[in-house]
Amino acid sequence: MSLEKFISEAISPWMKETGPDDDIVMSTRIRLARNVEEFPFPFKSSEDASKALYKHVHERLPQPSDERIGKLTWIPIDGLSEIEKTVLVEKHLTSPQLAEESTQAAVVLNNDESVSMMVNEEDHLRIQCLFSGFQLGPGYKVASDLDDWIESYVDYAFDEKKGYLTSCPTNVGTGLRASVMMHLPALTTTKQLNRILPAISQLGLVVRGIYGEGSEARGDLFQISNQMTLGKSEEDIIEELRGVVLQLIERERMTRKNLQEHNQLQLVDQVHRSYGILANSRIIESKEAGRHLSNLRLGIDLDLIQGIQGNILNELMILIQPAFLQQFAKQQLSPEERDERRATLIRERLKLENLNDGGDRP
Amino acid sequence: MRCQECDHRKATLHFTKIVNGKKNEMHLCEMCAKEKGDDLPGSNSYSIHDLLSGLLNLDPSIGTNVGYSQRANQEEALRCQKCGLYYKDFVKNSRFGCSHCYKAFSAKLDPILKRVHGGNHTHTGKIPERAGGRLKVQREVAKLKAEMQEHIHNEEFERAAEVRDRIRNLEDAQGKEGDE
Repeated sequence: MSLEKFISEAISPWMKETGPDDDIVMSTRIRLARNVEEFPFPFKSSEDASKALYKHVHERLPQPSDERIGKLTWIPIDGLSEIEKTVLVEKHLTSPQLAEESTQAAVVLNNDESVSMMVNEEDHLRIQCLFSGFQLGPGYKVASDLDDWIESYVDYAFDEKKGYLTSCPTNVGTGLRASVMMHLPALTTTKQLNRILPAISQLGLVVRGIYGEGSEARGDLFQISNQMTLGKSEEDIIEELRGVVLQLIERERMTRKNLQEHNQLQLVDQVHRSYGILANSRIIESKEAGRHLSNLRLGIDLDLIQGIQGNILNELMILIQPAFLQQFAKQQLSPEERDERRATLIRERLKLENLNDGGDRP
Repeated sequence: MRCQECDHRKATLHFTKIVNGKKNEMHLCEMCAKEKGDDLPGSNSYSIHDLLSGLLNLDPSIGTNVGYSQRANQEEALRCQKCGLYYKDFVKNSRFGCSHCYKAFSAKLDPILKRVHGGNHTHTGKIPERAGGRLKVQREVAKLKAEMQEHIHNEEFERAAEVRDRIRNLEDAQGKEGDE
């Protein structure tokens, strides 16, 4: 398979869209946790009961008429190979838990993979909508409409006082987790983020690395999301998160400008060094790759490097993950082999850019 | 970089753990990382559920290791009749077994929810169209009643009457639904 074709299949179509503030906000994610009345939660469910829930939802849901959603495809997790499962995780379409531990699980995807609903994960249904750039408000609207549509076919477990009932008490109430993935290289290098992060957590928001709970920040990418789901309306949750993200965007932009004004030479040097390493290395670990991709992306955003598309960071951060490398190679790879493949993939990908746009060479 | 455990294979996993402000870095190869799985982030072993479970156990009414009281014995037996989940297992796993568990354990729930949700224990957000139809009307009525009071206060009696009629319509519609 050619690299171009592989990438076009590996990257979800929604990621190729541009979105508001996408020089700093990579993507917006809205997740709603829902359960169906009368069925035990997956944690306490027998194989048969899980199967019955799967069947219940699958039979009741027709194809949506909402054009923003499009056609839905059910993918049973059991039918997938280990690498295919990991690819879904690396694309943020399923959780590691769904891939590894769940029984009678499925992921329901729409055509551009902006909608992915997990069935029989921790909750019966985990509705997820992904958007390019910073789109919390409109994003929540799409997710909420999809939620209403589903509720017109299945009975949700809902309590007047406690709201949407979920398996874990951390999700009860709205069941809403709204997250925003941000690229914050300037705030990271100037160490400002170390001071900002504790303040953010005091506001009831959480900051994580790109692969969720417990994952380390890679490529200066940070995921910021609400923690509390009970006692606040969805609109308030979204608004509070939006306020913090807006401030972070502004600070990041200001810091970038400062760096450009006062440390122009160092900045240009750093960006071009990273470009040089990415374009020429033969072995590269994912942590190192993440660091240089972040610098390259910063260079593109600040117009220090021309002829490369900005979404290269989003794209390559996913492509250089172990499962993607193995899927591209069509075989299991040792860590050393992965580092070699990773370097090759990045070099080839950068060459594609230069061929397509005739941009400058490092 | 070599793995700090076996000092033999290449370290491919790098973790930074910060506990009480003390930073601890680990560089491991995949094999040693698997063996050490227990204290590594990202592996399922220390998840939000463990953290929560610890929080739930803090509840003073849940007799911990210290002095098993009579109350603790009663709690041993507290159980959801629908899915059979014991309260103690809920505390252990911090997961409910079914939607009925919320009712079964309701007496103990609010302090837990408050702890997890910054002092809140009541839902104020979205209400589903069908499952929450009744509640939706109730909230609408409450809102309209407040509106009516304001009109009365401002001596806008005609508008207050309009709102009163809307409240009646809503309540009538709901009454009929209840009869069915």
